[in-house]
Amino acid sequence: MTQMEAAKAVALQGDEAVAEAVRQCDVDVVAAYPITPQTIIVEKLAEFVASGRFTGEFIPVESEHSALSACVGASATGARVFTATSSQGLAYMHEMLYNASGLRMPIVMAVANRALSAPLVLNADHGDMMGSRDSGWIQVYAENVEEIYDRTIQMFRLSEDPRVMLPSTLNFEGFILSHDKERVRLLDDEPIKKFLGRPAPKHRLDPKEPLSFGAMASPDTYYEFRLQQAEAMRSALAVFEETEREFEAFSGRRYGAVDAYNTDGADRVAVVNGCAAGTMRAAARAMNLGGEKVGVLAIKLYRPFPAREVAAQLRRAKSVITMDRSISLGAPAGPIAQDVKSTLKGAGMNQPVTSVVYGIGGRDLSVEDGRKVFGLAKEGVSSAETSVMYGAKQ
Amino acid sequence: MSWKELEEAAVVKGGTSSAYVVSGWRVRKPVIDEAKCTNCLICWIFCPEPAIVRHEGAKVTIDYDHCKGCGICETECPLKAISMVMEP
Repeated sequence: MTQMEAAKAVALQGDEAVAEAVRQCDVDVVAAYPITPQTIIVEKLAEFVASGRFTGEFIPVESEHSALSACVGASATGARVFTATSSQGLAYMHEMLYNASGLRMPIVMAVANRALSAPLVLNADHGDMMGSRDSGWIQVYAENVEEIYDRTIQMFRLSEDPRVMLPSTLNFEGFILSHDKERVRLLDDEPIKKFLGRPAPKHRLDPKEPLSFGAMASPDTYYEFRLQQAEAMRSALAVFEETEREFEAFSGRRYGAVDAYNTDGADRVAVVNGCAAGTMRAAARAMNLGGEKVGVLAIKLYRPFPAREVAAQLRRAKSVITMDRSISLGAPAGPIAQDVKSTLKGAGMNQPVTSVVYGIGGRDLSVEDGRKVFGLAKEGVSSAETSVMYGAKQ
Repeated sequence: MSWKELEEAAVVKGGTSSAYVVSGWRVRKPVIDEAKCTNCLICWIFCPEPAIVRHEGAKVTIDYDHCKGCGICETECPLKAISMVMEP
């Protein structure tokens, strides 16, 4: 019987799927602080500890800043480390995000994306992660619960690879995915253990052989340390592909750094990340049946940005629609629009790009909305100076 | 040095900072009156730097390369055996 046939199908919330994967990944240390809508992850892990199903160290901390600080210390000893947060929690970690990546600690963090205060809001947008976009963490966006489960496992393998040694975040929209219950085909523990191996860092914090991590750099060296991180990010592109291939070998499941739907036959292609990708595909499918040539390019791996694949998939499109679930206030376009425009220009392509902002603070995007978003490109409403604020009450 | 040669994450052997002189900004320096000092080690406990040095069979001395002149030792000394003196 293949692993896939043996897989147990269960109904899990996105947060539960993360906790289940972490339990199976032989994680040594979890330090986390609960925050809506990520709380279920921490609660589930605490339950696993209480029932003896998770044997790693669970450190209940007093804040997110402490959570990530504890993770950095634990990771320096060579332990496999996990944490999770959302919104204000991620913002509170901000300082330590740069320490984790600069110290090259392969920590894995689940981020149940939630918009930022003020005003106080609990619902989803990508503003939290986009605010930490340049912190040197690998960033993946999942679009359904099974992908959340699979990616959690993959992130450890990717981060801990000696060619990478960078922390990573697995992003999924708060409530929409964190609390949505979907079918997940669970994998067995053994193949996951084999797939992951154990972290083997070059240096470990050890009282018998004292080392100083992240010693002071000067204008003479700091630039080069940053360059090392940039190169590690570049390596992560290839290692990501390798990771997916190895994961597919025992699970039968593969997602890609990007997911292209009908980009070959489309005049208009929407570039989108997160759970809206599925919505846009449903809209595209219906429009294709009506004879409209539209396609969808889902960005799964956002950092490092798979520019080569994005350019290849957009080569035949006559116009491109970028969809940002975050607002870069005062910017000429949202972060995904900036990345896509820059990629197209770099590849010598010159299609018109319509930058669309949607779903801010949990504003819903329906399949009907998806059709309208495709319509925006047809109407040619793009502007050099701003984005279309789709779905906002004008 | 090329980025390829640098040790990733700036990992270095522990204890290397003792080789650096980090006292250049000191304005006043602590001076111990050996006659008053009983070697109680309270200054050694309170000093936020490794600037109070203990000795086998002798009283504490000050490592002026690592003393930043904060004056905590002067405040904490119960016998008023330490006084802060202006640097020349």
